[in-house]
Amino acid sequence: MSSLGELRKMALNRKGSGIKAATPDNKAAYIFLAPWLVGLVVFTIGPMLASLYLSFTDYNLLKPPVWSGFDNIVRMMNDERLWNSLRVTFTYVVFSVPLQLAFALLVALILDRGMRGLGIYRSIFYLPSLLGGSVAIAILWRQVFGNDGIINGFLSWFGIEGPGWISHPDYALGTIIILHIWTFGSPMVIFLAGLRQIPDMYYEAASMDGAGKIRRFFSITFPLLTPIIFFNLVLQIIFAFQSFTQAYIVSGGTGGPSDSTMFFTLYLYKQAFTQLDMGYASAMAWFLLLIIAGFTAFNFWLSRFWVFYDD
Amino acid sequence: MSSAAATEQATLPPLPAPPKSRIHYRRRARIASVFKHAGLILLSIVMIYPLIWLVVSSLKPNDQIFRDLSIFTTDLTLDNYVQGWTTQGLPFSHFLLNSAILSVGAILGNLISCSLAAYAFARLRFRGRNLFFAIMLGTIMLPFHVVLVPQFVIFRELGWLETFLPLIVPKFLATDAFFVFLMVQFIRGLPKEIFEAARIDGAGHPRIFAQVTLPLMVPALATTAIFTFIWTWGDFFGPLIYLRTRENFPVSIALKGFVDAQSSSDYGAMFAMSVVSLIPLFLAFLIGQKYLVKGIATTGIK
Repeated sequence: MSSLGELRKMALNRKGSGIKAATPDNKAAYIFLAPWLVGLVVFTIGPMLASLYLSFTDYNLLKPPVWSGFDNIVRMMNDERLWNSLRVTFTYVVFSVPLQLAFALLVALILDRGMRGLGIYRSIFYLPSLLGGSVAIAILWRQVFGNDGIINGFLSWFGIEGPGWISHPDYALGTIIILHIWTFGSPMVIFLAGLRQIPDMYYEAASMDGAGKIRRFFSITFPLLTPIIFFNLVLQIIFAFQSFTQAYIVSGGTGGPSDSTMFFTLYLYKQAFTQLDMGYASAMAWFLLLIIAGFTAFNFWLSRFWVFYDD
Repeated sequence: MSSAAATEQATLPPLPAPPKSRIHYRRRARIASVFKHAGLILLSIVMIYPLIWLVVSSLKPNDQIFRDLSIFTTDLTLDNYVQGWTTQGLPFSHFLLNSAILSVGAILGNLISCSLAAYAFARLRFRGRNLFFAIMLGTIMLPFHVVLVPQFVIFRELGWLETFLPLIVPKFLATDAFFVFLMVQFIRGLPKEIFEAARIDGAGHPRIFAQVTLPLMVPALATTAIFTFIWTWGDFFGPLIYLRTRENFPVSIALKGFVDAQSSSDYGAMFAMSVVSLIPLFLAFLIGQKYLVKGIATTGIK
């Protein structure tokens, strides 16, 4: 079961699991949890509070933070590059996530259970997702879509003069989106696992009632798969908002050309570690958190209308 | 197509099916299957082609790499590997070793700390369990940028910049909550009787954890180890922030050096070292496939 399903269940029956019968193991539990608790306080909750504070300060690491009230927020409102980076990131999320998931689902549906060569196909499709986050693949992508890259080489067979994919602001982001779609293997594996859990007898019954393939997809497969689609969607959106390495490498660390691949996280990194504007970067980080939380909440709200839970 | 398929399905087996139509149906199924495999093979080629092109290009003389789509060539050389190994100021093995140290540290940290926490969440009853568990799940979804600056300040104050500690120590404190969750799910799936039997035999929790739970959760531990390895090996952001001197660079940052030094015609060397950097990942993929697929299917980690 997914972590989201877990959260949802906990939200639904808060009282449910408060078992009082057996003797509690408080002491043992806290000892086992000690490393996690320390990590939580020192590396998560503490830093969260600190960065919330820093959001309202001017801080460059060298001198102690100076309280500046809402200066950072006002500055964000007027920061053209920041809004541009948000637009770039939104574009990336809106295109790469649904396309990747749709592709993953389509391929998962084609890979029937018990099909010959299933394991081999699955491995081949999955491999890019494992390697996809690495710098080597981002470098490869730079060359594949470079002026002399294999994409333009391929197009030239048909007499098409390919554009400078990486060097043209209109196309650079598209190449990173394609890189993301190329890594459709991991959601595909999740879809495959989900498809396997749908009982055969549903399909048999539907066949007997005369339902065709399309009908069976919309009446059985899709509804029963919606929790998994939802799970993939939420997580992929959260991760996509945080993408960094690919944009950094493909653009050579600049976010260019003309800021067309300046992801929000890349801009944040630059503010923090090249401008040493740690206060502003903290404010940006909280802004990102709010955006992601907003998207996730909206997703959960929307899920009522299309996600079908069996339980 | 849809309605045609539907009607065919509907009318297909009239009870005493005439043999002719059955053969016809089987042939149609076979043709469909051929098309399906053809499509999948084509897709496989598209998926894998860039990787093969990378490997082949790394073996080509520099002047032949571009505008050459073909992966079939006879003119192969190891020059790029020789060149690339030394061109970053230090032998590439140095960066490989750095990445290996980071990976081993992170793997040990995650295995130890996450399994401890997971045992508590899965098997023990304690005050605040639900709250802590919800927080743990929440941290999986928290963008790390929110803790980025303060963490940097902490490590700077500790004098840990330019060391591997900022990249390893948090792992020993179970900050990769994904794996805690994965292990919780796994332990919950184990038969309860085993734990009850151990209790009746008088074993305490440390013993049940070490001698009963850990041996049973080897698949979950393997998944954790492999994913930790793949993430740490590929991690770019962490080293970019904490490691700025060449001696400390892991493979990911060393590779970036090739991109920065674009002026030269060192594409061959860059490709060669890219291939070298991918080999450990590929091996991890081969060895851990079974666990990887299971791990990803149950929790959705990459």
